[in-house]
Amino acid sequence: MEAIKLLRKTMLAGVGLGLAFGVAGVSDTAHAAWEPKKPVEFVVMAGKGGGADKLARLIQSIIAKHKFASKPFTPINKPGGSGAEALVYANTAKNPNHTIMVTLNSFYTTPMRQPGINVDISKFAPIARMAEDTFLLWVNKDSGIKDVSSFVAAAKKAGDKWIMAGTGKGQEDQLLTDFLNTAYGLNMKYVPYKGGGRVAKELAGNNANSTVNNPSEQLGFYQAGKTAAIAAFTPARLELFADAPTFKELGKDFVYFMQRSVVGAPGMSKEAESFYRGVFARVYASDEWQSYMQKKSLYGGFLTGKRLMSYWEREKSIHKAMLKKMGEIK
Amino acid sequence: MRRAELVMAIVMGAFSLYLMWKSAELPIGWTKGEGPGGGAWPFWLSAGMLVCCIWIGIRWALRTSPPSRSEDVYMDRRAFRLFALNAGALAVTIGLFHVVGAYFAIPLFLIFYLRFLGGHSWGLTGLFAVLTPIVIFLFFEVALLKSLPKGYTEPLFEPIYAIVF
Amino acid sequence: METLQLLFDGFAVAFLPVNLVLIILGCAVGLFIGAMPGLGSVNGVAILLPVTFLVPPTSAMIFLAAIYYGAMYGGAISSIMLGIPGASTAVATTFDGRPLALQGKADMALVAAATASFVGGTISVILFTAFAPPLAEFALVFGSPEIFALMLLAFATFVGLGGDDIPKTLFSIFIGLVFGAVGLDIVSGQPRLIFGEIIGFMHGINFLVLAIGIYGICEMLWTIESNKGNVMISQATMSFRGLLSALKELIGTWKTMVMGSFLGFFVGILPAAGATPGSLMAYGTAKQLSKDPDTFGEGNVDGVVAPEAANNAASTGAMLPMLTLGIPGSPTTAILLGGIVIWGLEPGPMLFIDQQEFVWGLIASLYAANLVALLLNVAMIPAFIWILKLPFTILAPIIFILCIVGGFVPTLDMHDVWLMLIFGVVGYLMRKLDYPLAPAVLAIVLGPLAEPALRQSILMSGGEVSIFFTRPIASVIMIVALVLLLLPLYPIIKRRLTVKAR
Repeated sequence: MEAIKLLRKTMLAGVGLGLAFGVAGVSDTAHAAWEPKKPVEFVVMAGKGGGADKLARLIQSIIAKHKFASKPFTPINKPGGSGAEALVYANTAKNPNHTIMVTLNSFYTTPMRQPGINVDISKFAPIARMAEDTFLLWVNKDSGIKDVSSFVAAAKKAGDKWIMAGTGKGQEDQLLTDFLNTAYGLNMKYVPYKGGGRVAKELAGNNANSTVNNPSEQLGFYQAGKTAAIAAFTPARLELFADAPTFKELGKDFVYFMQRSVVGAPGMSKEAESFYRGVFARVYASDEWQSYMQKKSLYGGFLTGKRLMSYWEREKSIHKAMLKKMGEIK
Repeated sequence: MRRAELVMAIVMGAFSLYLMWKSAELPIGWTKGEGPGGGAWPFWLSAGMLVCCIWIGIRWALRTSPPSRSEDVYMDRRAFRLFALNAGALAVTIGLFHVVGAYFAIPLFLIFYLRFLGGHSWGLTGLFAVLTPIVIFLFFEVALLKSLPKGYTEPLFEPIYAIVF
Repeated sequence: METLQLLFDGFAVAFLPVNLVLIILGCAVGLFIGAMPGLGSVNGVAILLPVTFLVPPTSAMIFLAAIYYGAMYGGAISSIMLGIPGASTAVATTFDGRPLALQGKADMALVAAATASFVGGTISVILFTAFAPPLAEFALVFGSPEIFALMLLAFATFVGLGGDDIPKTLFSIFIGLVFGAVGLDIVSGQPRLIFGEIIGFMHGINFLVLAIGIYGICEMLWTIESNKGNVMISQATMSFRGLLSALKELIGTWKTMVMGSFLGFFVGILPAAGATPGSLMAYGTAKQLSKDPDTFGEGNVDGVVAPEAANNAASTGAMLPMLTLGIPGSPTTAILLGGIVIWGLEPGPMLFIDQQEFVWGLIASLYAANLVALLLNVAMIPAFIWILKLPFTILAPIIFILCIVGGFVPTLDMHDVWLMLIFGVVGYLMRKLDYPLAPAVLAIVLGPLAEPALRQSILMSGGEVSIFFTRPIASVIMIVALVLLLLPLYPIIKRRLTVKAR
C-alpha cells in the first residue's frame, strides 16, 4: 500500500497536464482494461554496452524485479545510422501497442539530418522522460590544467593540434565542442571515436587533450585519479563534482543535456499508452532508479503527456538552430 | 571446373565494380589536414578486389592455378542435387519464418529432411519435429527472452505467453 | 603478490556453483562440437554465443572459454578417429594420429592427445598469469596509431601464413574488409554502402552473420557433398592395461610437450596467428628435433603430442591480446571479442582495471576448464565415438536450425538470416574453387577496428602519415609488420635476380 501511495504522489507531482489519462493509467481498474499480451519490445537507439543500452537493461530489470508488468520487457538494439534504424523500426512497427523505445538526443537530430527516413517525432506517444544526463569538460590530470582559463590558454596555444575526442560526428559531443570553439575562440580538432567509453580511455591514455564525457563514462578514470572535470554544462554544480563550476558561473550562458525518454510507437492506443505511463512512473519512483540517478549524477524530473511533448518541441528547435549554425543542415 | 573458375572471377569482378561505384557516394580522395574521406577505404579495397579478379583471370588464361587446369566437372549431377536440395530447403524454411513463423517452419524442415532426405522412420521424425521447437521455445523465448519471428501464427502464442510469464 | 591475490579472488569466482556447472557443461558441449567433423571451436563459440545472454558476462565468458577449451580437446578426436580434422587447429594431429588409429592404437593416440592438451593448457595458463598484468598496464597508452600498426601486423602474419593461391587469399581479405565497412562511417557520421537503401544494412554486416554463414552453412554443404554421411570410423577400445602402457610411453615425450606448449603460447599471442600455425610449427619442430624423424607420419606419438600441446597453449595465448588489447589472436577469439562487446564490456586495457572480477575469474576458470576437459575427454571418448556414428541426416538438419536461429537472435532481424544464407551458399561455391574463406572472417572483424584507427591517427596528426613512425611503440610494430608483409616477396625477387644474372 505504501508503494501505491508513493506512486500516486509521484504521479500527481510529475504528470501535471497529463493528469487526464495519467492517473487513470495507474489505477487498478485501468490495469485490468489493458495489459500487454506478449513480451514488450523495448527498442534501444544505440548499440549494446552504450549509455542508452545500460539504461534500458536497468529499466527492464526494475520492471521484472517489482513485477510492474505481467509480460517481460525485452531490449532490442537498433544502433544503425545514428538511430535512424531504430526510428524507422518503431515508426513502422507491426504491433505499436507492444513497441516502445528509449531515446537520446538523436531522436531530434537524426530526422533532421536524414530527412530521407521520413520520421515525424511528434507522432510518437509521449510516455515518460526518465532523466537528463549531464555533460562536463574533462582533461587529463597530467596536463596540470585545473580551470577553464588555463584550459583556454593551453588550447589557444596548441591551435588545431589540440585534440578533442568525442563520439560520432554531428552528435552531442561535437555540438559541445563547437560551442567551446566559438565561445572561447578556439580551433580544437574534433576526433570521433565509437562510444563514450573509448573516448574516456583516449583521454586517460593521453591520446586526446580534452573530452566532454557524461559522468558515468569518466567516473572510473576520475576515481583512479587519471582525469579531472574542470567545468559542467549544467544550470547548477553537480554534487559529485562540486569543484567544477558551471559555464553559467563563468559567464557563458550555456546548458546542455542528454534526454533519456521513453516513447511509444506511432499508432499506439490510448489504453496502452496509459498503461506504459503507469509502469514508468513506478520505475521512476523505485529506489533502484532513484539511487542510479544519484550515483550517475543524472538530472531531471519525470515528465509525461503534453508536457513531454512541449519539452520535445523546445529541444527540437534548439537543436535545429545548433545544427544550422554548424552547417550540418540547411 | 575451368569454366566455373572464369565465371566466378567475372561475377566477383562485376561485384567489385558495383562496390566501387557505391563507395564513391562518399569522398574517396584525400582531404587536406584530415586524411582519407569516408568512401576511400571501401573504394580502394574494392579496387583491390577487382585487381585480384583480373589476376585470377590471367592465371586462368595461363593455366597456372589448379582449378583452371582441372578437367573435373565443377558440380556433377549428384553434387548439384544435394546442393540444391539443402540450400533450397534452407531458403524455403527461412522464407516460411516470415509467413508461419519459426515454430511451424522448423518442424516442416525437420520432417522434410529426416523423412524425405534421410529416410528415417516417421516415429523418429515426429519425435524430433515435436521436441526441437519446444526446446527452442523454452530456451530462447522463456529463458533468454529472445522472441523468434511468428508471422501470422502470432495470436496462437498469446495463451502460451499468459501461462509462461 | 598482488597478482596472486587477484588470481585467488578469481578462483573464488570460478568456483561459484553456477560457474562450475557452466565450466563442466561448456567443456562437454565443446568436446562434442570439436569432435564433429567440420565443426571446431569457432563454430561452437559462434553458435552458442547468443545462448550466453542469460547469465552475467563473467559467467557467459567462462562458459564460452570452456567451450573453446573443450573444442580444442575434442578437435583431436575426429582427427584421430575419422582422419578428418575437427577444426583447422587439429590438422597436424591427423598426420600421426590417424596412422596410430589404423594400427589399432586409437586409445593410445587419444590419451596422448588429451594429456598433451592438458600440459599445453597448464603451461600457457601459468605464462598468461605471469605476463597479462604488465601487458595490460602497458596497453593504456595504446592509441589509434598503435592499434592500426597492430592491425597491420595481424594482417602481415596472416598473409604470410595464408593459402598458396595469392590472388584468392587477397581477394578474401579485401572482401571481408569491404563488408566490415558497411553501415555508418563514424568519422564523417555518414551512412555508407547501404545497398538498395535496405534498412537492415544500417547496422553494418555483423561478423557473426558471415562467421555462421561460412563455418556453419558453407561447411555443412561442403561436408554433405564430400562425405555423403559414409565416413569410416575406426574401432577404438579402452582398457585399463592399455591406458597404463600409454601413460608410460607418454612420459617419454615430455620434452616435446613442453616445447610445443611454449611455441604455441608465443605464436598464439601474435595477433591473428592463432592455434593453427602454432600447431603446424610445433609439429615441424618436433620432427626436426626428433632422433628418428622418418617415423613421423607413420604413427609417432611425438607427432600427436607436439601439435596438441601447441594448439591448446595457443588458444590460451590468443586470449592475452584479446583481453589486454582488445585484439583477436584467432578467429575464435575474434568471436569471443564480439561477445565481450555484446555483453557491454569494453575490451582492451580498461578491462583489466575496470573488470578485475571478470578477467581473473576467467583466468582461474581457464585452469579449472583445463582439468575438467582432460577428465571429461578421457571418460567420454567411448560416448563420442557413438555420437559420430549417428547418421549425418540427423545431425545436419539440427545444425542447420542452430545456424538459422543463431543468425537471427543477435540482432533479431530476419535480414541477417537471409544474408547468412547468401554468404553460406556463395561461400560454398567459392570454396569449391579453392578460395580460402577464413581470411574474410578475420578481415570483417579486424577491418572495422583498423579503418577508424587509421583515420583517427591521421586526423590526430593533421594529415601526416608519419605519425605511425614518430611514436615509439607504433613505429616498432609498424616496421615488424612491413617486414613480414614484404618477406614473401623476397624469394620471388631473389629468383628474378638470379635469372637476370644469368
